[in-house]
Amino acid sequence: MSIFETVRFALRGISANKLRSGLTVLGILIGVAAVILLVAVGNGSAMAVQRAIEGLGTNTLTVTAGGVRQAGTATRSTSMTIDMVAALTDPDAAPDVRSASPVISGAQTLVFDGASHSVPQFVGTYPAYVGASNYSVGSGSMFTDEDVSSGRRVVLIGTTVAADLFPDSDAVGQQITAGGVLFTVVGVLAEKGGAGFNDPNDIAIAPVSAVQQSLTGYGPLNQILIQATSADTVTSAQAEVTSILERELHVADGASPPFRILNQEQLLQARANTAETFTLVLGAVAGISLLVGGIGITNIMMVTVTERTREIGIRKALGAPKRTVLTQFLVEAIVLSLMGGLLGVAAAIIGSRFTIAGVTPVIVPSSVVLALSVSVAIGLFFGSYPASRAASLRPIEALRYE
Amino acid sequence: MTSAETPVVLDVRDVTKVYGEGETAVHALRGVSLTVARGDYVAVMGASGSGKSTLMNILGCLDIPTSGTYLLDGVDVSRLSDRQLALVRNRRIGFVFQSFNLIPRTSALANVELPLAYAGLRASQRRARAKAALDMVGLSDRAGHEPNQLSGGQQQRVAVARALVTAPALVLADEPTGNLDTQSSADVLAVLDRLNRSGRTIMLITHEDDVAKHARRLIRLVDGRVVSDVRQDFLPQGFSRSSVA
Repeated sequence: MSIFETVRFALRGISANKLRSGLTVLGILIGVAAVILLVAVGNGSAMAVQRAIEGLGTNTLTVTAGGVRQAGTATRSTSMTIDMVAALTDPDAAPDVRSASPVISGAQTLVFDGASHSVPQFVGTYPAYVGASNYSVGSGSMFTDEDVSSGRRVVLIGTTVAADLFPDSDAVGQQITAGGVLFTVVGVLAEKGGAGFNDPNDIAIAPVSAVQQSLTGYGPLNQILIQATSADTVTSAQAEVTSILERELHVADGASPPFRILNQEQLLQARANTAETFTLVLGAVAGISLLVGGIGITNIMMVTVTERTREIGIRKALGAPKRTVLTQFLVEAIVLSLMGGLLGVAAAIIGSRFTIAGVTPVIVPSSVVLALSVSVAIGLFFGSYPASRAASLRPIEALRYE
Repeated sequence: MTSAETPVVLDVRDVTKVYGEGETAVHALRGVSLTVARGDYVAVMGASGSGKSTLMNILGCLDIPTSGTYLLDGVDVSRLSDRQLALVRNRRIGFVFQSFNLIPRTSALANVELPLAYAGLRASQRRARAKAALDMVGLSDRAGHEPNQLSGGQQQRVAVARALVTAPALVLADEPTGNLDTQSSADVLAVLDRLNRSGRTIMLITHEDDVAKHARRLIRLVDGRVVSDVRQDFLPQGFSRSSVA
């Protein structure tokens, strides 16, 4: 008998018992879909945290003055100056630093045509700051290094500021007053999502020289924003920055420096760990459900084949060789488990389009492969094992089986 | 008894069958020897527990004897592999069970086709032969029906069609009319009679004298032994061999 015939027999066997076949498929479907969806939810929440981290700029370091109070009397100035920024971008001493931007910031009231808006962050800096803090220009253009060197009074404003001051008109090219000084708006920043209480779009960014010249004077910097070359080099960049600053500030005691370096990644590592734990817990739950699903498949397959022992006896009495009977049941098991598995994958894909408990699930391809192969393997094994037992019986024993 | 010229289909020598072990052992057959010539029509009678079904299962290669030899067409069946046994069941023997044993939720035609499928015939050939077999038992109009849509008599006729579709030399029937009413029994027996006239060797088990009268030879079993083995020429009226041709 040809294999094609056997497959046809198997398909006929499946369609002859629609309810039982349907229940088997359903069992596998639920098992597979549950695993894929649960892992997808865990992965989705991890991805959400990941996105939040990336939105904040993971590869940045913030250097602030002060920090640990120095023991004894400070004989030297420990404040940060623009000169240090140049030292920090030295490619030999700090190969992992892509850019360093001085930050002078404070609240300012911006006025345009009678309308006023109080911006909590009016930042004086270098153009590199925009990229380092994950901003980008939405309309208009960046201010340039030349603007910085010549101290031009130009400004980039956030969307919140733009919406408040220029509700109906284009902000680019307009002149606004900040602390009584005129600034020309050269661009509006693209809207940026944030993961904090502050509105990241309520900001104005201007060249550091212009801000010092007209608003704050040439005092110490509030911060220096360092951007590492990549997220992986943040730690080494931090070490380089520390040693440069210790040299520049002549720090004798490395354990208590007069500055503090804030590593975004370190701060957010905790959140990432939480997300990882979450995924792990969901993965464990998924594993248990796969196990339970597997036991369900096992059960149905065992019952199916045991119930059909008599049929196997009839087939053998009519001259079916053991191998043909086995192949038939094997193919039936494969078809049922594959059908259930594929439908389960489809159900999971459809389910992942919905937000589950506030998380948008993101399907992990390996979980699809794992769930499918485990369910098919279980279906195969527990479908073929009782079948081979039944096929090895003498026909009369199989026929008498109740 | 069998004449020397006719070829022997069945040759059973001192076959015993014991179920279980030790004190609970049941001796179903205690040494049965018999030969059946080609084209014979044999009825086996005996009380319940006399071992007639056990004998039939051994003859049909569904079970193996505890001791003794069984030659089918001169071949010692006990020496055959599982695969060869499957071939023997498929080609040489047609088996009719008391409880029909049709495959459930499968059409009558598909049930009859089954042995042909295991014999490796092509679908078109299979269909034609299965239809012819169903026609022979008078059920060609029920080909598409599933077993639970057929009466007991019709189911048994489907089973007979399935047994004869491979044109086996030997048809074994284990109480084929045991579950049937008078009319259905007559239908099934008519089919068997016709098969015998066309040259098939038929062996049937029964405990009804009326059924046994269809056969030309009557064997009685008691407690796993053959107690009588007689030729009988008597046939009830209306079943005379010459008149049904």
